[in-house]
Amino acid sequence: MKILFLIFAAITLGSAFMVVTTKKMIHAAFWLITTLFGVAALYALLNAGFMAMVQIVVYVGAIAILFIFAIMLTRKEMLDSAAPLNKNWGIAALFSLLSFAGLYTLLRNWTGFSNEAPELAAGVDTITELGTALVTPDAYLLPFEVASVLLLAALIGAVYVANDAKNQQEAEK
Amino acid sequence: MEFWKDPINTIFASMMESFTSGGMSDVLARVLIYLIGILLFVTFAMVLDIFLVWIERKVVARFQDRLGPNRIGPFGIFQPFADIVKLLIKEDITPVGADVVMFNLAPIFSMMSVLLLWAIMPFAPNMFGVDLNVGMLYLVAAGSIGTLSVIMAGWASNNKYALLGAFRTVAQMVSYEIPMVAALLVVTLLAGTMGAVGIVGAQEGVSFFWLSPLAFLIFLISAIAELGRSPFDLNEAESEIVAGFHTEYTGMKFGLFYAGELLHSFTFGGFIALLFFGGHRLFGLENLFPTPIWGALIFIGKAIFFYWVIMWIKYTVPRIRVDHMLAFNWKFLTPLAFILLMVTALVGRLFLESAWLVPALFISNILLAWLTVEYLKSHARKEREKEEASKQSATLAEQH
Repeated sequence: MKILFLIFAAITLGSAFMVVTTKKMIHAAFWLITTLFGVAALYALLNAGFMAMVQIVVYVGAIAILFIFAIMLTRKEMLDSAAPLNKNWGIAALFSLLSFAGLYTLLRNWTGFSNEAPELAAGVDTITELGTALVTPDAYLLPFEVASVLLLAALIGAVYVANDAKNQQEAEK
Repeated sequence: MEFWKDPINTIFASMMESFTSGGMSDVLARVLIYLIGILLFVTFAMVLDIFLVWIERKVVARFQDRLGPNRIGPFGIFQPFADIVKLLIKEDITPVGADVVMFNLAPIFSMMSVLLLWAIMPFAPNMFGVDLNVGMLYLVAAGSIGTLSVIMAGWASNNKYALLGAFRTVAQMVSYEIPMVAALLVVTLLAGTMGAVGIVGAQEGVSFFWLSPLAFLIFLISAIAELGRSPFDLNEAESEIVAGFHTEYTGMKFGLFYAGELLHSFTFGGFIALLFFGGHRLFGLENLFPTPIWGALIFIGKAIFFYWVIMWIKYTVPRIRVDHMLAFNWKFLTPLAFILLMVTALVGRLFLESAWLVPALFISNILLAWLTVEYLKSHARKEREKEEASKQSATLAEQH
């Protein structure tokens, strides 16, 4: 298990590094997909099969494809390459260092690293447990519903924006 | 006798014994046996694929009132081998300006997305790769790898027709995933599990086709769209964009796309069989021989039947236009799938553990289908009247 974890962690980190250093934008998108697959594999190693599958369906199947679509539709040259750095790199580096330092100080005082994960009881279906937890009032019902409302708001917003643009076009005609 | 009752586990146990008796560690032996199993399974799928090429060509020929391949072997059954030799000795061309790595990776991904599905296919009790408890999500996830392979092929070819084909495919696959997921959710609701083995097990009494014929239709339509077969073959519309995303591929790389498509159709035939028609069951005939191999044969027969249904649709219906394809999905199929999901959840809840569950679900489906048809009829009438009115006013304006 440890060897597998190290392999997948190396894949995830290596391809994440490639995302920010590769010169072609579309290659960066495909490296990002590799990273997302690595994260999905880590979820699977943690016995979280549902999370792993949702990671692939949502991030690879929808979001990464959307990225690629956006790159393909907005670039004039399909195989264009640009410098991966622009003039804001200093500020970006500062902020990422700061957040790294914040996470480091947070995690240094955390004692959970050496804890073993509790063994799953035999015959427990993790996905049933997860489903029940998501609709139980004392568990995660409220966050679940709040997230749904947020997504619904985003959906309505997208429809509104698209409609507005269409109306303006017709008014110009 | 033990072998016939449970062939896979018997072979596994005996291999485990012979591997570990030589002093091999338990984990290593397990990994090795799994690898051998995967290799054999994939080889079986690929050999079946050769056979599918023959079926496809023969059935197309019959639909088009031709004879099809009939020279090599009885009924031309050895024709695919000639095809393979032809594909292998063709020149392998990589177009100028192509992204070589991704250009070569795309056909592999395309084949992989199909073979991944075979891991959860329950051929018969005790004969399946793994019983994932998130099986249906896995089906969707493997489909998204297929989308990825198409976009890779279209982009890496450095050809505008290939890119257009990729755009069309991605728009189609991403949109038709939604009604498919909704249909899968209906099945999940009825079975109470997402695992493929559990779904087959839940159809012990009555197969899900009778509980939700509409879900079957929605799944069939979105599966055909996901496969990119006619009437949804916009991604390779020959009369418009040469051959779509695989325009630039030659030899065996093209062969991988082609074989992947055929195997994908067969695999979806299998999924239709297991989701809606009880998997390895056939009116009690599965108990004729007490061996899962017989059940697996029945399952493969069903899969080939639904593969034939997909072909039947492919060679009967003409290609749909791009905007019609998207409108059909977003304005008709997706709302219908979601309404069906709600109705199924409601009726299933009301008649929970009652003897009326099956008829109630069936009748609610028929009612929903009837209401949909009535709505479409009245909508079409309104559209027609509007058009006629505008025509009349146009002619009136001309007269004045």
